[in-house]
Amino acid sequence: MSSTYVIGLIGSVLVLAGIVEMLRRRQLSEKYAVLWLVVGLLLLVFTIFPGTLSSIAALIGVAIPTNLLFFVGLIFLTGVGLHLSWELSRLEDETRKLAEDLAILRLDVEQQRQDRIEP
Amino acid sequence: MPASVRALIVVPAWNEEQSVGETVREIRSAVPSIPVLVVSDGSTDRTVEQARAAGALVLELPYNLGVGGAMRAGFRYAVRHGFTAAIQVDADGQHNPAEVPQLLTGLAEADIVIGARFAQDDEYRVRGPRRWAMVVLAKVLSWLAKTKLTDATSGFKVTGGRALPLFAEHYPVEYLGDTIESMVIALRSGCTVTQLPVRMRPRRGGNPSHRPFKSAIYLFRAFFALLLALIRRWDVSVNTVPLPTPVASEGGVA
Repeated sequence: MSSTYVIGLIGSVLVLAGIVEMLRRRQLSEKYAVLWLVVGLLLLVFTIFPGTLSSIAALIGVAIPTNLLFFVGLIFLTGVGLHLSWELSRLEDETRKLAEDLAILRLDVEQQRQDRIEP
Repeated sequence: MPASVRALIVVPAWNEEQSVGETVREIRSAVPSIPVLVVSDGSTDRTVEQARAAGALVLELPYNLGVGGAMRAGFRYAVRHGFTAAIQVDADGQHNPAEVPQLLTGLAEADIVIGARFAQDDEYRVRGPRRWAMVVLAKVLSWLAKTKLTDATSGFKVTGGRALPLFAEHYPVEYLGDTIESMVIALRSGCTVTQLPVRMRPRRGGNPSHRPFKSAIYLFRAFFALLLALIRRWDVSVNTVPLPTPVASEGGVA
């Protein structure tokens, strides 16, 4: 067992444990949970059996297995970035609506108070 | 119902203009003493007007939060206004409001009373994978609850006692969380759950939220939700004696 293997294994287990612990503390909602659990498990599988990466690379005709890893990783991260931008846009829109509704409510409450003071 | 219980009926409604008015009127004639709160979950049709015209209190959520979010808004309203029990009644008319008083009697022995569909022979039938999922879920939840629960995914239920302030803070808002996860939260926080038989009716309008071809996804998500609920930490502390905030309509000047 080489030292890189051990380091990789410890790293993967830590990542997976971190994801599970965040889930347990309810810091990660269900829709992200599935995604990150799959990522964590894949990471663990590739660390324990480094051969799988090479065989998949050979199967689809990528000469250097690490290139396949980088390629998939880049695509995945781009997807995650895009998804987060989308979520952020939605959240921005929702906070904006909340602020608008709050302002309207403030005016309504203020007017009701005025009406009560001077009937 | 027990004399000390102040109950509120919560009707989550998302674009239910065809049925919400009729549902509210039926509730008001069946149980006139219990106020009805319709939570419009970001409806874009005339749900709010229909509910108001029928005599319900209406909470208008500014955008869609899902059934869990709508119910949590209802629970929060209930706690803030000094109610001690909230009854969920769906807007589509599946739940018979005449059975509400009977469900409320269950509060004498438990914090949550589920109106269960399979507890007696009736017209309501679910088949295929969805049925199997419900059976397995019921088994797991019965084991957690240490009592027989046959229909944990029923929306027709009473939340009272310690469960109401708990749900006002921690009611799950994720998909399927409002049925499965909420039961696990309540049980693991020390609440007691019981069930009473009810009779479901055909829905009055709108579409069923689950279609057969979605069964596989439903199955997966149901078990994932259950697994998630089981591994999550629920050592939450909740103020079980809620302090209702004074409301203008109940006297007192700001």
